[in-house]
Amino acid sequence: MFDTLFPRRALMASSLVAIAVFASPATAAATPEALVRQISVDVIDAVKADKAIQAGDLGRITALVDSKVMPSVNFEVATRSAVGPQWRQATPEQRAKLQTEFKSLLLRLYAGALTQLKDQTVSVTRTLPAAGSTQVVVQTEVKGSGEPIKLDYRLDKAGEGATAGWKIIDVNVGGIWLVQNYRSQFAGEITKGGIDGLINTLVERNKASGK
Amino acid sequence: MSTLRRARPRIAALALVLTVAMTAGMTTGCATVPASASGPTADPFESWNRKVFAFNDAVDTAVLKPVAETYRDVVPAFVRTSINNVLGNLYDVWSTANHFLQGKFQSGAEMGMRVLTNTVLGGVGVFDVATEAGLQRRSEDFGQTLGKWGVGSGPFLVLPLLGSSTLRDTAGLLVDRQASPSVLPSASADRYAVTAMELINTRTNLLSAGNLVDSVALDKYIFLRDAYISRRRDALYDGAPPMETFEDIPDAPPTPARPPASAAR
Repeated sequence: MFDTLFPRRALMASSLVAIAVFASPATAAATPEALVRQISVDVIDAVKADKAIQAGDLGRITALVDSKVMPSVNFEVATRSAVGPQWRQATPEQRAKLQTEFKSLLLRLYAGALTQLKDQTVSVTRTLPAAGSTQVVVQTEVKGSGEPIKLDYRLDKAGEGATAGWKIIDVNVGGIWLVQNYRSQFAGEITKGGIDGLINTLVERNKASGK
Repeated sequence: MSTLRRARPRIAALALVLTVAMTAGMTTGCATVPASASGPTADPFESWNRKVFAFNDAVDTAVLKPVAETYRDVVPAFVRTSINNVLGNLYDVWSTANHFLQGKFQSGAEMGMRVLTNTVLGGVGVFDVATEAGLQRRSEDFGQTLGKWGVGSGPFLVLPLLGSSTLRDTAGLLVDRQASPSVLPSASADRYAVTAMELINTRTNLLSAGNLVDSVALDKYIFLRDAYISRRRDALYDGAPPMETFEDIPDAPPTPARPPASAAR
């Protein structure tokens, strides 16, 4: 039943993207809903078609995320929000390192979620504006055999003119904002050993988990 | 869970619940809205919580997880699914009651329909036909109901064997257990059996997540604590809690020599 519904959703998504792109040449960007819908469809299709991803193959998942998801993510904003005010004191090298390591950490988390995907469908339920900012939260629901899982995306409008576009800055799985959930842990590491201490802990954690 | 079972006489249990709930309300100044999930989380019981957390972890590694793995490997999938569905259908009854207690009549009616459908057409809940028919499960527990009624969450609490909770959710859990599948049998031995089955079923459902938390958490306790608080807050507001400010650190010109005090938000 869900499978028969799915192509319709995919079609709907691509037509929505098309409408958004052609109808608003000024912003040259899809609406946040269309962006989220497209990423969801792309990712679910890719997971369904790839046994290695379903088995949790990190290499394949990394490739998928890099090609389908990362272009729409502002990972620097995500990282510095997790790091907190100490970000300002970090050198460009430290910042780059923090992003790399945080990304492999989140990739494992994301991979864990992807291996749970089977016959699910995703539907965009609503979009909520974040008061006092240009951010919005697009809420989606992943429906399968169990209780529906909430999967929300926080997006912000980035850039001006031709390069303007919506970028994802945080993802909420089942009520937990993934980036925000690291704030306390990052703060704890920074208190203990500064930015370098945090970097070292991240490197060790990533190494221990086989990256 | 055996300690909970001993809190048998229901009136005594209810009195205890109300006391705990009131205490929870007082500690948080009867706040309707729980403390913000972002920023440093107040955790007055942290050192105690960490000890219980370590104990739970050890018990899980030594007993719960191996039992769940054996159950998964030995019992055929259709039997496990049936048991999971029957238990789920019984939980749905109590969820339905909580929808109504929270004044959510439409979702309550839908959950009621769900229970009816699965009980009648799904063979006492063995088959989850309601989900196929588009009647999705929306779980609610008494901790959430207390939250809706204005009881503050109170401090974070790790319960022996039962894991993450708050003062309010512990009170809620005591009531939830009075409506759990394990109260159905009349013989106490059967009640223990059902409770054990619930525990094994729940743990088995978590097996597929593997050791994910171990591989992504810098501090497992903090990771799970913040996740629990955030999840419960989300559930309390039915998926749309007041939005937290996403604290960005606007990129100030890199002046590494600045003292940290100038890094004001």
